[in-house]
Amino acid sequence: MRRLLILLALVAAQPLLADSNLPPAYWANRQLPDPKEEAKAQALMEELRCLVCQGQSIADSDAELAGDMRDLVRRRIAAGEKPGDIRAWLVQRYGTWISYKPTAELAAWPLWLAPIALLIIGAWLIRRRIKLKAGS
Amino acid sequence: MSRSLRFTPLALLLLIVLALIWRLATPTSTNVPSKLEGKALPNFTLAEAVPSKPTVSAADLATGEPRIVNIFASWCVPCVSEVKVLQELKGRGVAIDGIAVRDKPQDIAEFLARNGNPYERIGSDPQSQVQISLGSSGVPESFIVDGKGVIRYQHIGPIEQSDVPMILAKLEQAR
Amino acid sequence: MIAEAGLAALWLAAGLAAFQFFLMILALRSDVEVTRAMRSIAVVQGTLTLVAFGMLLLVFARSDMSVELVFANSNSAKPFIYKVAGTWGNHEGSMLMWVTILAVAGAFVALFSRRTGERTLIAGLGSQAMLALGFYAFLLIASNPFARLSPAPPDGQGLNPLLQDPGLAFHPPTLYLGYVGLSVAFSLAVGALLTGEVDARLARAMRPWVLGAWILLTLGITAGSYWAYYELGWGGYWFWDPVENASIMPWLAATALLHSINVLAARGALKAWTMMLAVIAFSMSMVGTFLVRSGILTSVHAFAIDPERGTFLLALLSIYVGAAFILFAVRGATLKEGAPFELVSRESGLVVNNLILSVILGIVFLGTLYPLFVEAVSGEKLSVGAPYFNAVAGPLALVLAVLVGIGPLLSWRRERRPVLKQLRIPALIAATALAITIILAPGIGILPRLGLVVAAFLAAAGILPLVGRNPLRAPLATWGMVVAHFGIAVALAGMAANAAFTSERLAIAKTGETLSVGPWLVQLQDVTPTAGKNWTAIEAQLRASRGSGAVTLKPQTRYFSDPPTETNEAAIRTFWNGQLYTVVGKSDSSGGWQLRLWWKPFVTLIWLGGALIALGGALAMLGRLLRMRRRQGASVDWRRKSYA
Repeated sequence: MRRLLILLALVAAQPLLADSNLPPAYWANRQLPDPKEEAKAQALMEELRCLVCQGQSIADSDAELAGDMRDLVRRRIAAGEKPGDIRAWLVQRYGTWISYKPTAELAAWPLWLAPIALLIIGAWLIRRRIKLKAGS
Repeated sequence: MSRSLRFTPLALLLLIVLALIWRLATPTSTNVPSKLEGKALPNFTLAEAVPSKPTVSAADLATGEPRIVNIFASWCVPCVSEVKVLQELKGRGVAIDGIAVRDKPQDIAEFLARNGNPYERIGSDPQSQVQISLGSSGVPESFIVDGKGVIRYQHIGPIEQSDVPMILAKLEQAR
Repeated sequence: MIAEAGLAALWLAAGLAAFQFFLMILALRSDVEVTRAMRSIAVVQGTLTLVAFGMLLLVFARSDMSVELVFANSNSAKPFIYKVAGTWGNHEGSMLMWVTILAVAGAFVALFSRRTGERTLIAGLGSQAMLALGFYAFLLIASNPFARLSPAPPDGQGLNPLLQDPGLAFHPPTLYLGYVGLSVAFSLAVGALLTGEVDARLARAMRPWVLGAWILLTLGITAGSYWAYYELGWGGYWFWDPVENASIMPWLAATALLHSINVLAARGALKAWTMMLAVIAFSMSMVGTFLVRSGILTSVHAFAIDPERGTFLLALLSIYVGAAFILFAVRGATLKEGAPFELVSRESGLVVNNLILSVILGIVFLGTLYPLFVEAVSGEKLSVGAPYFNAVAGPLALVLAVLVGIGPLLSWRRERRPVLKQLRIPALIAATALAITIILAPGIGILPRLGLVVAAFLAAAGILPLVGRNPLRAPLATWGMVVAHFGIAVALAGMAANAAFTSERLAIAKTGETLSVGPWLVQLQDVTPTAGKNWTAIEAQLRASRGSGAVTLKPQTRYFSDPPTETNEAAIRTFWNGQLYTVVGKSDSSGGWQLRLWWKPFVTLIWLGGALIALGGALAMLGRLLRMRRRQGASVDWRRKSYA
């Protein structure tokens, strides 16, 4: 039961580490003035995984490190960097784990091929169930 | 229905159960290690953390000799006991630099005054920017950087007394 | 005494379950007449387990701290209703609830099942008992809920205020009834595979059980989604978290099973697929239980982390699912499929429906376990989350939704009428919706736009089965289908609207400042400290207005001391066309307060749709039960009737 309440405390997004005394970074909880840039930043933040949480994106997390990462994302988008480049920079440092969207690398291909493969396999399995030619 | 088709679900179940058994036997760790081991230290310069010590920048770390970069904070509880171990390493001739994450200068100064100061240089990283650029995800963590500025080893969590021989060995390897 | 009585009842029930299994073997291998014995014993087993669960409820209600479980999870200061709910708010108690539902379901099948063939019924009850036996063993050996603590401590540890929430307290039983209700389908399928009686009669016998479990699962998932939405403070309603996926996978399998049963009942076809789905649906329930309790997947909702218990559950899962799959492999050859279906017929439509549902199920399963597989094979860690699932499951679900509009219009065997003609109006409505979204909302993404269009199509097409006939004379089952399918359209519209039109505003505001979000102007009037029974909070007073009239919202950040936690209590106001969702955060150094505001147009349609889907199922179930009643005439006393 104690475990449940510890985990529920994380549901309320309290970080695992002790809290620092500093306020959040400037762009952690402010939107960029340009709505298009903010939308790009928001989309990227929803795809980046929080390093100190139990399975949340940095967009959803209250943790300080997540706030600092949101600040990083927004500053770089405002500076004109492309979301893909920011993601690549972070993946270079933390590995593919940090990206909730599986990247284009080899290990992730089965994920993207799976839907098509499953559809084909499924269609093959039911091929005899449906009469495609009249009178066959 | 063909025989191979009828036995496919069973075969898939076997694979899945094997994977689950493996996972139960080797539990996942919540640490996210940096991928920069073996790569050059990214360029950075930090503001001064305390007036008594110079600040850290990437160039300072490529001195020709391996050094430890310790990422810490005054609000980090395990860092307190780690300072003693770092003092011991310093006593053995190891050069240690510190990066204080999300900290105020007076808090850092107080921390060092209370617990000791094993660092040659200390930089202040108030928004975790350098911490993120190193691929670090918490405090305390330590990086062993060799003489040419390449990261050779990341130690997640405090360096404990029992880790000292291993750290010294890694420093030797980094020469 | 109460706890010991409960434990004794549990042991007895386990013994009876073993005996039931033995009876099944006896009946299948020889000619011994065991029906009456089997039925009686199943009822007694169910009653005993219910007694055991009742005993646990009693010790929790009385805050008997000499029982270790009560000590760890309860406290005399808890409100009564949460003391009772605490019975299942822990691992042991919830496992006891699991096995109670399993045994009671078996008892109900024994009492009320008249349409199943006798041998299949015995085999089904035997396998249900076998399922229960493994979980009894788990409870009695590794998770005893009745363990005593001596000396009894004065009071308990379980006073976490976070858990004293009605949604959190009552969400598990609804879901468990759904998960474990699917065990009946599993057992009947296993029984039928053993006896070889896989036919339309079996399908009609299975249907009410699957329907009932499915309705409860739908309600449980919908309620859980709404709870997460208002409690987690970020306005999301589905995160593709592993534990959430663990609840949607049985639901997907059960939905496919439900429709497959209809084909089996109407045409005697799709035997293999129906049996396989029945096995998979409950297997997914067991996989979900395993995932949530073993700690092998990282999740915000993880229930407990105990690899030892995880191992036991994995062993049970492997044995049960493995045995069922072996049975399927061995007996599968005897399942003769009939003639193929016509291309344009309801059967074909249902086959394609099942195909897409199965593919979505496969994708969710694969995505959830994929990081584990990759790490096992290569050591690399990667993450699979919402971006993947939305990108892949979304389009498939849209295709499925279109088919849901078309399928019910097709006749069995062969559709001779021009169906496309009937669909002219829904297609027109869809085209209009597309035009409207392009004109009024050119900037929204393609997936949300298609979602709105498909929702419009399905809403119109979904009610067509009732058009052109007297609605009052249409069978309840048809009403059920129409309401459920309409509910899908409603939920889809809500999801698409949420994705397309949500406005978000994050800012640091000082008191007196006004922010705009969507059509609203929200002014931060004041921030005051406040306190409750066991918490202190800072409460923001917001005044929101759009045009005429204004509303007040008071979001809070609450601080608890035992254990030290902080929660965001969002302030939500519902209007006819959406919800205003407000969250207050910390203050920053300049004296401003962090505010998060959302205007979510039509978001409540999501859960309204879910409720409609469940309602549709309930109507269908009612219709079938009434029809069964009418056909039976006078009730038959199975104790006196002999099975010739």
